[in-house]
Amino acid sequence: MQVGPLGALTAAVLLGVVAVLAAAFDGTLGARLQGRRAFSGVTAPLWEAARLLRQRRRTIVAADSLLWRIGVVGLLVVALLKVVVVPLGWWTVADLSIGMVWFNAMDVMVWALVWLIGWGANSAHALIGGYRFLGQALSYELPLMFALTGPAIAAGSLRVGDVVAAQQDLWFVVWMPVAFLVFCAGVVAFSVWGPFGAAAGEDIAGGVLAELSGVDRLLVLAGRYALLSAGAGFVVALFLGGGSGPLAPAWVWTLVKTLAVLAALIGVRRLLPVVRPDRLAEVAWIVVLPAVLLQLLLVGVMVVL
Amino acid sequence: MSVVLDGVFWLLAVVSVASGIAVFRVDSMARATYALAVSFVAVGAMLLLLNLEYIGVITILMMVMEMAIMGIFMIMFMGMNPALMPMSMVHNKVGSLVLAVGVFVVLAGGALLIDWPDRRGAPAGDLTRSLGEAIMGSKMLVMLTVSPLLFATLVAALVLANPRGRYDRFGDDLRAGTPSGPAREGDDS
Repeated sequence: MQVGPLGALTAAVLLGVVAVLAAAFDGTLGARLQGRRAFSGVTAPLWEAARLLRQRRRTIVAADSLLWRIGVVGLLVVALLKVVVVPLGWWTVADLSIGMVWFNAMDVMVWALVWLIGWGANSAHALIGGYRFLGQALSYELPLMFALTGPAIAAGSLRVGDVVAAQQDLWFVVWMPVAFLVFCAGVVAFSVWGPFGAAAGEDIAGGVLAELSGVDRLLVLAGRYALLSAGAGFVVALFLGGGSGPLAPAWVWTLVKTLAVLAALIGVRRLLPVVRPDRLAEVAWIVVLPAVLLQLLLVGVMVVL
Repeated sequence: MSVVLDGVFWLLAVVSVASGIAVFRVDSMARATYALAVSFVAVGAMLLLLNLEYIGVITILMMVMEMAIMGIFMIMFMGMNPALMPMSMVHNKVGSLVLAVGVFVVLAGGALLIDWPDRRGAPAGDLTRSLGEAIMGSKMLVMLTVSPLLFATLVAALVLANPRGRYDRFGDDLRAGTPSGPAREGDDS
């Protein structure tokens, strides 16, 4: 069921709340790992946000401010545009007939935006970060697209609502575990996060984040959490049955599942080392891509039978 | 409603043409590339106005992806990298101007002067499907023949361009137990 303008506003606010929760959870994990009290980690993102809001913007000689700002603002905008097709229980902002392709198009936007953030700063480290992201994108995008195809084939529709409805009896994660894992990895990758965060790696002084300061930095950091949150919500709709679950209403289940997936995606950062994009390419094309194609073959055979 | 749609159409039309012009007016490779991307995205959005949702969104997806990659190649192939400095986006100004104006006059004149036939029948229910059948229906055999050829060409080009194939990594008889990874040899980072 589609919601009105007020529903769209609610979706935006909800995305913000979930993203803040994600940042707080990451802060908590970081604090615990350093032996600090968990509470200091929970509030850390808020203090950091307050600090960045007050920080004066660093100016750089010959920076391409226009492209830089587009990239900086874009991540958050793209996350919002993704949430448009992510259902919350029975509600969707816009249940497009091609919702799956819409989500995919929006995550391709991230290619351009991260590169623009790297380019705009007129800084070598940031530019290397931008190139790294595109190198990584060549590895994760095709497996991600094929992983998206699985639920679409099984549901016989590109409408996210139909995909959720097709999981009434059995969640797609049960017979599409490979597609599920690959899609989750794709979400982590397009959010420049954890093992796929080489574009913002510490070895290049923060890469695309290197020259960002003040509100620009805040927008990019928030954009990453928002992308992770939107991706987690889409994983729930695609593979985890959307809002289906006993006792509680559908929207509660959607939120609970989304937060659980999001917690796992956030936690991955503390578990796995950063993967170099050039090494990722070999694994992605020789191991992951064939594995996803086999998964699709399985799905295709199951659908035909 | 149709007034709003008209407005959106004209807005997108102006954006696509203006950003198309910007491609040649800006002084940076990155700006030219992404001005072109904006132009394509506006055209994709116009396809959405025609209720061609799939083709519209796919156009946006593919064009943004292509422009992101093309930007890298444009900057990479500029020797000694003046692409990182402000530079003119135009070569052979007179020739390209004559060509561009000529093509525009022919196409726009054709579109305006041609005696368009009246509509016969009603539009199909599923426009994407009928467009697909119109394009692919009678040409399916050609498509089936061409696609393996294209694929083989791609693979062959990659094999020729790849500096370190599997024989480099697994030895001449492909018997090495562990491949020498891309980072071990020829790694100058």
